[in-house]
Amino acid sequence: MVKNWVPFVVGVLFALGLGVSGMTQPQKVVGFLDLFREWDPSLAFVMIGAIGFHALFFPMITKRSSPILADQFHLPNNSDLDVRLILGAMLFGAGWGLGGYCPGPGIVSLASGNKESIVFVGAMVAGMLVFHFTKPLINKVVR
Amino acid sequence: MLSINSEFLYALVGGLLIGLAVTIMLLAKGRVTGISGITYNFMLFRKGDRGWRGAFLFGLVIGGVCLSIFYPTSLANTLDYSLSRVALAGFLVGYGTLLGNGCTSGHGVCGISRFSLRSISATLTFIAIGVLVVFLVGS
Repeated sequence: MVKNWVPFVVGVLFALGLGVSGMTQPQKVVGFLDLFREWDPSLAFVMIGAIGFHALFFPMITKRSSPILADQFHLPNNSDLDVRLILGAMLFGAGWGLGGYCPGPGIVSLASGNKESIVFVGAMVAGMLVFHFTKPLINKVVR
Repeated sequence: MLSINSEFLYALVGGLLIGLAVTIMLLAKGRVTGISGITYNFMLFRKGDRGWRGAFLFGLVIGGVCLSIFYPTSLANTLDYSLSRVALAGFLVGYGTLLGNGCTSGHGVCGISRFSLRSISATLTFIAIGVLVVFLVGS
């Protein structure tokens, strides 16, 4: 039970961080991406804060033989730059620019009851299901 | 001037909170806090490892409830986009994050923090395409 309290608290902290930072306001996200008109650079500081903090502690934590509540670390070890990675990032970037939400802020915003976040998350889940059921086909087409 | 500076401060403090959250996840569970991957793996109804993912997602929602009570403007969407546009956006985000193995959290925060070349490439790509799309179809 304790094991699941920690991810719960992580989820709450993450959501509060997204809300405080401005990431849950799609108008701010679009402003950040609107580089060639009225650029709002403030969201760059979200990445500076998050990456700065995590990059500082990452090496200390992964020096441990295991995490506190699990047997081992589960970190990605794939280092190939492949078509799937770039194509996926392109599709994601297009959706991010089009709606102003990425997955976390979409889910957090559900609590506001605004219809955009509900439609966004519903469509995101649909996109994930379509990916899931077309995976064998995708695996044949792109590496 | 003051308001611009305070926006930067809010963004930085929010970013530090996100950094703290993903650091606790790594220390406790040894996991990358990638929200698209967690959502997908939770949806698959896989046995065993589903509990922590559900707990995390539940935490996100409860955090959202706290924001809606204490800081409701943080969840406001003033863009007034059509719902079909928002639906297309959501579909592309869902499909794209799974094809590319990550989103803003998994690649943008966790991956860049460990200097993963894949995550750096993915992040530069999705920001560049986001900039392009906003430039083309606008705000």
